Amino acid sequence: MTFESIAGLYNYWVVIFLMMTGFYIVLARKNLIKSVIGLNIFQTSVFLLYITMGKVEHGTAPIVPPAIAEQQSHASHGVGENAHAAIEHADEAHEVVHEVAHEVALTVADHGGELAHASTEIIYSNPLPSVLMLTAIVVGIATTALALALVVRIREDYGTVDEELILELDRGE
Amino acid sequence: MIDAIFAHLPILLIVLPLMAAPCCVLVGNGRAAYLLALVVSFAAFACSVAMLGETLQHHVVRYELGNWSPPYGIEYRVDIFSGFVMAFVSGIGAIVLVYAPLSVRDEIPASKHYLFYATYLLCMTGLLGMCVTGDLFNVFVFLEISSLSSYALISLGRTRRAPLAAFQYLILGSIGATFILIGIGLLYQMTGTLNMADIAARVPHEHGPRTVLVAFAFLTVGLCVKMAVFPLHTWLPNAYTYAPSVVTCFIAATATKVSVYAFVRLIFGIITPGFAFDVLPLDTELMLFSLVGIFIASIAAIYQNNVKRLLAYSSVAQIGYMLLGISMATPTGLSAGIVHMFNHALIKGGLFMVAGCFALRLGSVQLSDWKGAGRTMPLTAIAWAIGGLALIGVPMTAGFISKWLLLTSAFETGRWPIAVLMLVSSLLAVVYVWKVVETLFFSEPSEAAAGATEAPLRMLIPTYLLIGATLLFGVWTPYSAGIARQAAIVLLGGTP
Amino acid sequence: MSAFPIIRIITKLLIPYILLFAFYVQFHGDYGPGGGFQAGVIFASALILYGLVFGLEAIQRVAPPIVIEKCMALGVLVYAGTGILTMALGGRFLDYNVLEHHVLPQWHIPSGQHLGIFLVEMGVGITVTAVMTMIFYAFAGRKQTQ
Repeated sequence: MTFESIAGLYNYWVVIFLMMTGFYIVLARKNLIKSVIGLNIFQTSVFLLYITMGKVEHGTAPIVPPAIAEQQSHASHGVGENAHAAIEHADEAHEVVHEVAHEVALTVADHGGELAHASTEIIYSNPLPSVLMLTAIVVGIATTALALALVVRIREDYGTVDEELILELDRGE
Repeated sequence: MIDAIFAHLPILLIVLPLMAAPCCVLVGNGRAAYLLALVVSFAAFACSVAMLGETLQHHVVRYELGNWSPPYGIEYRVDIFSGFVMAFVSGIGAIVLVYAPLSVRDEIPASKHYLFYATYLLCMTGLLGMCVTGDLFNVFVFLEISSLSSYALISLGRTRRAPLAAFQYLILGSIGATFILIGIGLLYQMTGTLNMADIAARVPHEHGPRTVLVAFAFLTVGLCVKMAVFPLHTWLPNAYTYAPSVVTCFIAATATKVSVYAFVRLIFGIITPGFAFDVLPLDTELMLFSLVGIFIASIAAIYQNNVKRLLAYSSVAQIGYMLLGISMATPTGLSAGIVHMFNHALIKGGLFMVAGCFALRLGSVQLSDWKGAGRTMPLTAIAWAIGGLALIGVPMTAGFISKWLLLTSAFETGRWPIAVLMLVSSLLAVVYVWKVVETLFFSEPSEAAAGATEAPLRMLIPTYLLIGATLLFGVWTPYSAGIARQAAIVLLGGTP
Repeated sequence: MSAFPIIRIITKLLIPYILLFAFYVQFHGDYGPGGGFQAGVIFASALILYGLVFGLEAIQRVAPPIVIEKCMALGVLVYAGTGILTMALGGRFLDYNVLEHHVLPQWHIPSGQHLGIFLVEMGVGITVTAVMTMIFYAFAGRKQTQ
């Protein structure tokens, strides 16, 4: 392992560092709020892992430039429109969506020739991981909101958010 | 019209409960929400039975969402195995709802009833979705839908420990789900696709890159948390104990089974059993953990004084039997695992319903409060006895069928020590079932028990429906063990 | 916090633009980055800002909790209803192509895909706005116990 191969993977080092930090906080912290925060850091590291794998070197945002889209829609109305709508909606927060993004990959592949014909090579980043992460972020928000709501109720019932104190109170019953 | 409905069966199964949940919120009235949930859950049950019928004829039913062709679009793909799991999950979901209203009225404040039924439907959506989808990321999404709603359902319990139990489950469950997410990400990185069949075709196996190994490890550990396999089971006893009775019935009967389903799908559908069991020593490990889990959890169950906690520990042990069957990777072993998913869902669902009946009448699930209740509530107590016999695996009950298949498979593969250990572990089950039976029938009635009346018919009938089913499927097996065997053969790459 | 005139005035100045930006993100989601989820969060942030500055009662007069709760459900129904609509028109679930010329032909809607995404995004936007506001209400509405 040379220095380049270690430094070149810096994105993964960041991911691993965050992942372990978050995981440690979740497991080691006895304060319920802190373990929720740890969980968030843990999940964030996974978002980074996905997004970093979707990046293509020199790739741009996967939106067809308007000029090319115009040409395409003149050339082949139906399919062009599909790609058009699909690409524009590559970033929305639904499970249905990643199929749309899949379609982008398909259309880009199918029409690679056409596109290249229409313009000089455009390299797009892979939108699918970002789309997946948007879904995962929504899931993460839901988890956090629910966890905090539970903490609020625990605090109202026990008067503390310290897990050890809570367990002690339960034992004392 | 009928044809049109049949063409859309896989999606209807998901969309019906998914749309009914917001409708419950819009209605905003507990009773109306209940009726809606009841109708929809039976409709979903009908859909999944119809689908199981389709899969038995055509083996695989596919549905392309939004008409995007796979592997680019999401494909819903139902085979015999998923049809079987869906049928019993939705069936038990519907029966538990029949049982629910009285218990819910007793345990959950009236202002939250409509939200309870909405959440219940969402949980069902998630569980059914995990079975129906052929897309790996979709599995994660549906897993989280079902998990999030089950955390919320568990926190509705009466005591102040319920939110704490839900919180602990949430932390562990989210770690598990995030592990699954990491695993999916790494698999996607290696194959560039999320369609399970497509991944299976592309994933490099022997001498492949280490990423696949890591992905598989993350997925396995994540699913093991969700399945509550022995050392990762710590969330389960508290969650089952402090949740409202109805929630425990439903979640105990279905949620862990669906995770087992996902695990089987992972091993047999994505990573081939050859890779998991021959290249990697997963079978020995699974066997070890399940056997240790069976013994430790059964012994722990013996020492419990809270009946729901006793049943919860017994659930951990029973998951061990399922994994034991799966780890043998022979048609008999795998079908034993699959049929035990079904049988255990019936048995545990039924037993938790019995516990719910006692909780309604006696106001407690502590064993000491149940003393002598068998004299005042004989029908409920007899249901416990029958369910307990099935749990032990006495002949003529459903539990026997799965244990018999497991034993056969153990002998077929020459692993007779496992057979011996299984028989010994069944004796442990005898101890904890007998402990409750003894308290119910042979103790002087406690004050609460002496004044108790028989549980209401509206709860007894669904209870006996499940308990009766354990007897029925103990003697008549073409639709339990028969289908499980076909499913196992398909999973192992043969044709039934 | 409504005692501070600067905060009060700045908030009042900002809120219309936040709302406008939310609508921009919502509807421009058809042409560029954006969409229902982001728009919903931005829209809700305007409501929450109002609630933070002028108090819970003021915001609950603008957006009563019961309405927000129903909106939560409504958005999901719009989304799933789009799917049901496409099924009723003979396509698969969420197959937007079947919306092509069936709906409002005189309006010259560019394509079925466009319309489908628009409807789905609207559902998402409504639900996300409602959920975010509801989370705020749920936490802000708890009474201090000690």
